[in-house]
Amino acid sequence: MDFDLSSEQTQLKDGVERLVAATYGSLEQRKAQGTGPLGFSEKSWAQFAEMGLLGIPFTEEEGGFGGGPVETLVVMEALGRGLALEPYLATVVLGGGAVRLGGSDELKQRIIPGIVEGSSRLALAFTEKQSRYDLNDVATTTRKAGDGFVLEGAKSVVINGDSAQHLVVSARTSGNRRDREGISLFLVAADAPGVKIHGYATQDGGRAAEIALSGVQVGAAELIGPLDRGLPILERVCEFAIAALAAEAVGIMEALHGLTVEYLKTRQQFGAPIGNFQVLQHRAVDMLIALEQARSMAAYAAMMVEHDDAAERGAALSAVKVQINRSCRIVGQEAVQLHGGIGMTMEYLGAHYFKRLTMIESLFGDTAHHLRRVDVAGGLAAGGLAA
Amino acid sequence: MDLRFTPEEIAFRDEVRQFFRTEVPAEIRKKVSEGRGMTREDYITSQRVLNAKGWAVPHWPREWGGQDWTPIQRYIFTEEMLLAAVPLPLQFNCYMVGPVIAAFGNQAQKEKHLAKIANLDEWWCQGFSEPGAGSDLASLKTKAVREGDHYIVNGQKTWTTLGQYADWIFCLVRTDPAAKKQAGISFILIDMKTPGITVRPIITLEGRHEVNEVFFDNVKVPVENLVGEENKGWDYAKFLLANERTGIARIGLSKERLARIKRLAKEMPAGEGTLWDDRDFRERVAEVEIELKALEITQMRVVAAQGKRDPNKPDPASSILKIKGSQLQQATTELLLEVAGPFALAAPVRSGDLTNDWPFDYDWADAAAASYFNNRKVSIYGGSNEIQKNIIAKAVLGL
Repeated sequence: MDFDLSSEQTQLKDGVERLVAATYGSLEQRKAQGTGPLGFSEKSWAQFAEMGLLGIPFTEEEGGFGGGPVETLVVMEALGRGLALEPYLATVVLGGGAVRLGGSDELKQRIIPGIVEGSSRLALAFTEKQSRYDLNDVATTTRKAGDGFVLEGAKSVVINGDSAQHLVVSARTSGNRRDREGISLFLVAADAPGVKIHGYATQDGGRAAEIALSGVQVGAAELIGPLDRGLPILERVCEFAIAALAAEAVGIMEALHGLTVEYLKTRQQFGAPIGNFQVLQHRAVDMLIALEQARSMAAYAAMMVEHDDAAERGAALSAVKVQINRSCRIVGQEAVQLHGGIGMTMEYLGAHYFKRLTMIESLFGDTAHHLRRVDVAGGLAAGGLAA
Repeated sequence: MDLRFTPEEIAFRDEVRQFFRTEVPAEIRKKVSEGRGMTREDYITSQRVLNAKGWAVPHWPREWGGQDWTPIQRYIFTEEMLLAAVPLPLQFNCYMVGPVIAAFGNQAQKEKHLAKIANLDEWWCQGFSEPGAGSDLASLKTKAVREGDHYIVNGQKTWTTLGQYADWIFCLVRTDPAAKKQAGISFILIDMKTPGITVRPIITLEGRHEVNEVFFDNVKVPVENLVGEENKGWDYAKFLLANERTGIARIGLSKERLARIKRLAKEMPAGEGTLWDDRDFRERVAEVEIELKALEITQMRVVAAQGKRDPNKPDPASSILKIKGSQLQQATTELLLEVAGPFALAAPVRSGDLTNDWPFDYDWADAAAASYFNNRKVSIYGGSNEIQKNIIAKAVLGL
C-alpha cells in the first residue's frame, strides 16, 4: 500500500504542470487560449501530443505509451489546476476510450495513431434529450443498409462535439428505448452527409454541441464492439471518465482552496486580515476536509477503475462521483462566499474554478444518480479494495 | 501508487481477524457492538487475552512488550479489532500513560509500572481536564507544592473516565504558579488510594456511570512520581495527545455499526416490508458509507506516509481524521436511532451497564438511543472539533 508516484510519473507530473503553468498561468492567458473557433488552442494541443500526453492510455502496440489510470490522474489534476480548455477528456478518455476498449484491430490502427499525434480529435455522443444520465436510454435508431447502417436521431451536450473529426455515437440496433441490450456504438465522421453539428459555449468556458443525425450512413467496419452489446463499453468509458474527472476536480479544488486561503491572509477588513476571524478559518478548514476526502476518492478511483469485478467497480466509481460532487459543491460555494464580492466577478479566477466545479457535478451523473447506483449495487462491497 | 495489501499483510490480517473472533469472549464483543457498558471484569478479561498473546501494547518499544510492526500492520491490527467489536485495550493505560512512561519516565518507573499497565494489573485514569480547563487545558489550576520529598496536591479534575475503577491517576498539575500557562505544568503519577482523594460519579445523559470528578485535598505524592522534568509536563501531554489521535477516526467501528444497521433494518418491519425496503433510508446509509470509504482512504494515506513525511510539517490528511471520523461515528448512531424507531423510547432498566429485561422483541433497541446520546461526546473529547479546526487553520493553512 503506497500513494507515491513512480519516478516516471513524477516526471510526467512536472512536465504537464510546467506546460499548464506556461499556457494557463493567468485568466488572460486562458481567455486567449479559448478565443479561436475551436474554443481551445491548437498550438497547445500539438504540445500535448509532443509531450506524449495524447497517447497515455493506449498500449504501445496501438501506438500509445501504455500508461494507466495513475498517469491519467496526474495529467487531469494538472489540467484542472489550469482550467485547460483542450479536449483531452473528449478525445483521449471518451472517444479514444471507446475505440481502445471496443474497437477492432483495424479500427484502432486507423484511429489511434491520429489521436496520439494530435491530428485527430474525437467526441462521445451519448446523451439524448430524454436520457439524462441513463446510458441505456437510447432513442437514436438505425436501419440496416447493405453491409452497414443508417443512423437517425439526435445527440445532446456532446462535449467538444464541434471540434472533433470523429464522433463515437450510441445508437439502437435492436430492442426498445431503455433496453440494456440492443445498443451499438459507431464511429461517425463529423463531416459525413446527414451530420449536423450545432456548437455552443458552455458555462465553464468550454464547448459542446447538439448533433442531429439524419440518414447518416456508416459501414460495418465503423462498429465499435459487438453489435447490440455496446452498452458495457459505454459504461466502461464512463467509469474512466469519472476517474479522470475526479482527478480534474481535485486539481481545481486544490487551486481554489489555495487561492481562498491566500485571500484570507491578504484581504484586510476591520484593520486585520480577514483570516484572523475564527468563523472564516473554520470554513476554510471545512473546504480542506472536502478537498482531502475528494483526493482520497480520486486515488480510490484510479485503483478501482481497472478492478475485475464489474459490480464492485461500478459501485466504487459511483461512490467516487458522489463524494467528488459533494466536495465540489462545498469547496466551490465556500470559496465564493469567503471571497465576498470579488468572488462573484467574471474577472476573478476563483469564479471560473467554481463554475467548472459546478459543471463537473452535472457530468456523467449527478449526486442523486450515483447515490442510487450505489444503493442498487447493494452498497459498497466490504471487499474490493485492500480485501 | 497501489492501495492493495501485500500477501504478507493479508496473512497478518487473517491471523489477527481469526484471533479476535475466536479468543475474545463473544459476550464481551456483543456488548461492544450494541454500545452497552462493559464491566470492569470485561475490560480486564479482554485486555489480558490480548496481552497473553503479546498484543495489548504492540505500539510500545520492543523491550517493554511492543511488536516491531510496520505502520500498516498496526493499522490493520486496530481496524480488525474494531471490526470484530473487540474492546480496545484500556486507552489510558496503553495509549496514554504507558507510552509517556516508556518515553520520558525513569528506569524505576518503567520497571514498576509498564508490565502492570500492559496487563491491566494497574488500572489508570487521566487527570487532565478541570472544571475551568476544558478546551483551554493549559489554564488548569490543580497545584502541586513541593514539601521535602513530597508534593502536596490540591485541586479538582473532571471527566475522569472510568476513574471509579482506577488504581492510579496520571495528572497535569501546576508546579510553578509564576510561570506562564504551559510552562509551569508537571506530569505526575498519583496512587488513587492516597488519603485526601475523593471520587464522585458523574452520570452522563444516557444514564451510564462512565466519568467522574476527582477531588484532591492535601494529597501527599512522593517526588519520585514525577515523570521526566518538573515544569515540562506540557510537552509530555502533547506527546500523549498525539498518541491519542492515532486511530481516532475509528473507521472500523463505524463500519461495524453500519453492517449492524443494515442487518437490523432488514429485520425491522416497516410498511409492507422492512425498513430496508425504503430507498430513502438505504440512500442515507449509502451516503455515510461513501464518506466512510473516503475517510478510510484518507487514513490509509496517513498510514502509508508515516515515516516518509517531514515530521515538522503537519499532514493535512491526518488533521482531518478526528473531525470527520467523529462526525461519521455520530452519523451511524443517528441511523441506528432511526432503525429503532418508536422502540428507541424505552430506557434501559439497569443503567449501570445498560442492560434490560423488557418484554419487547427488539432487545437491542434500548441501547440505540443510549449509544446516540453517548456518542455526542466524540466531537467534544480529545480536543473538540472546533479546537481541531483552530489547530488546522493555524498549523496547516497558516491562518
